[in-house]
Amino acid sequence: MDVRLSPEQVALRDAAAQVVDRLGVHGVAALDDRERAGKLDAAVHASGWRELRTAMDDRTPWASAVEVALVAEELGRGLADAAFVGATLAAELRRRAGAPAAGGAETVALRADLRGLATVEGGHVPPGALALDAGTAAAALVGMGGADGWTIGVVALEPPVPAASTSGVDLTRPVASVEAPGTVAAIDGQAHSLSSEDMAAWQSLGLAMTSADLIGVMRGALDLTTDYARSRRQYGAPIGSFQAVQHLLADAFVAMEGSRSIALHAAWAVDALPAADALAAASASKAYCARAARTACETAIQVHGGIGNTWDCLAHVFLRRALLSSDVLGGIGPSLERVLAGRNIGVDDGLR
Amino acid sequence: MDFADSPGELEFRLRLRAWLSENNPGLPASSTADEYWAGQAAWHQTLFDAGFFGLSWPAEVGGHDLPSVYEVILDEELTTAGTPPRPSVGYLVQGLLRHGNEDIRRRFLPGLVNGRERWCQGFSEPDAGSDLASLRTRAIRDGEEYVITGHKVWTSYSDAADWCLVLARTDPDVPKHKGISAFIVPMGQSAIEQRPLQMINGVRREFGEVLFDGARVDAANMVGEPGEGWRLAMTVVSHEREPGELGYVARYGKLVNELAHLVEEEPSRFGSEAQRDLAWALVETEMLRCHVSRRLSDRLNGLSHGPEGSVDKLLMTAAEQAVGHAALSIGGAVHADGDDVWLKVYLYSRAQSVMGGTSQIQRNLVAGRILELPTS
Repeated sequence: MDVRLSPEQVALRDAAAQVVDRLGVHGVAALDDRERAGKLDAAVHASGWRELRTAMDDRTPWASAVEVALVAEELGRGLADAAFVGATLAAELRRRAGAPAAGGAETVALRADLRGLATVEGGHVPPGALALDAGTAAAALVGMGGADGWTIGVVALEPPVPAASTSGVDLTRPVASVEAPGTVAAIDGQAHSLSSEDMAAWQSLGLAMTSADLIGVMRGALDLTTDYARSRRQYGAPIGSFQAVQHLLADAFVAMEGSRSIALHAAWAVDALPAADALAAASASKAYCARAARTACETAIQVHGGIGNTWDCLAHVFLRRALLSSDVLGGIGPSLERVLAGRNIGVDDGLR
Repeated sequence: MDFADSPGELEFRLRLRAWLSENNPGLPASSTADEYWAGQAAWHQTLFDAGFFGLSWPAEVGGHDLPSVYEVILDEELTTAGTPPRPSVGYLVQGLLRHGNEDIRRRFLPGLVNGRERWCQGFSEPDAGSDLASLRTRAIRDGEEYVITGHKVWTSYSDAADWCLVLARTDPDVPKHKGISAFIVPMGQSAIEQRPLQMINGVRREFGEVLFDGARVDAANMVGEPGEGWRLAMTVVSHEREPGELGYVARYGKLVNELAHLVEEEPSRFGSEAQRDLAWALVETEMLRCHVSRRLSDRLNGLSHGPEGSVDKLLMTAAEQAVGHAALSIGGAVHADGDDVWLKVYLYSRAQSVMGGTSQIQRNLVAGRILELPTS
């Protein structure tokens, strides 16, 4: 066992960090900067990060879930308003179905409660299904049940939702309702259907990736807030010198470090462990990271005081991103249920 | 980046697993009964004699010179087997390795590591808890000896100890951190009185207080130079804060597995609140296991021990107290038949945020030394 990152992994992480440091959302006004968002999207596209889970000739992915997690963390830290999670999950579905990579920008549609892939019933997308990364994707993948497992369907998303839409919880990554009765088509070139193990592994990738996004969000929120605590003065001293403030920030930092450890293991497990074990690891990670991220972002708002409760402070942008990432493929409640199901306690959600 | 065993690690794991299947002492969890504390020395010696203790320590003191990650394998297999954790003497070993001269290391480390000689740690005093540097125990030179007078408290295993690593003030005229020296004091002398402390879970065999009334120690038993005691103390407590050093991962794993089995056998007995507490305990112990793996891998770079130990301590505390809350929810507080083992687990968990440096102090260290927030 040696869980240190390889030099290549460090280089990938640093490359992603450079992109978000240059083109991420570093102030609320930047959310409306279309030119910046376009450059960020182009940089992410050019990097090939959205293709990390596309298939090589032997059907294995180009990169492991650990690389995916490293990129996801940096994108979260920089509040990157560019598609990644949806595109990566779509590529993973195509890879597992033995289908060719998508021709255009693609994402996935999840159930209305976001806990799993939206599944077509009676030829229709279920009511309330939501497409991730809806700002730029032209199509969303959905599941289609079958006697021998799952096949993959696709629905068109038209017109694309504006990236700066404030209709959803997350100001950096819009979600959109998928209303497409009768227009679901099977994707071309599926070599085989997906087993329940495939779906559990796919879910694990999503949970590991959103865990990593949450760690990035925590880092970004903590950096913002410790800077503020060093500069904001009250009673003639920086507020960061007061123990009451220090302990809030210390707790957030410690929870972030715990998150990093459990999420690193979850990302490794996606490709290294049997699907049921990977799902248990990913579920434990997601529960831990979701709780930690919400607390860290609430701390960010609290330490910023009144300013932290205004729209123009970035703290709520971090919190909002954390709330979406938490719910994608299951937040605290569903994840704890899966942890218990892994110990043969409670109700199984069909993925095990 | 790989959590999986290398071929050498796997061979070790399987050999250890086979040995454990034949050599589980069947002791209760460490926090619940005097029976565990009474049997700890034998368990230590058994583990050592079989070649499974001191894995990452130098061969010259009885260790095996293996990478630190082997300690993770040991913890995982002890958890699976449901044995007690490995004895926690690593912080004393590290303190003597780093600060003791050749003579000290040669005379004392083998007995400490092989479990034949028992040790306790005389640091805290009634008026020197978090503010350890204000300690008042005095050591006054008298020929080739020092004479020690003072009152130590929270002295783990003092009832059974052969030796006590004592911090005492040798120079009252310099700033408080600079006048402290460390001594290895023999416990078997009439000028030392040992009194057990009964803890809130009823256990009397873990902690004690020790009164030194003119106890004598050979000057050659000073560890490091005069005035080096504070630096030794910081080495010891920084190791004491690391879950990788303590092996608590195995203790929490054993407890949470037992709780999960209780619920699995009769789920209808337990409501959603208890199941949720169990789920969090499972998540927290999984987090700690992964965190120790990460921290011990970092040590392959030869990283020294800095303020990260405070992060480890706070995470370890969160894990133990989550297990404690699950024990309370699942085991229940009220038992007319006196079977209150889970209540004791819960009560003991409250000490984790105090011993080895309170959580408040750890948060101060994280804020000041990692987040670099200004001092007031």
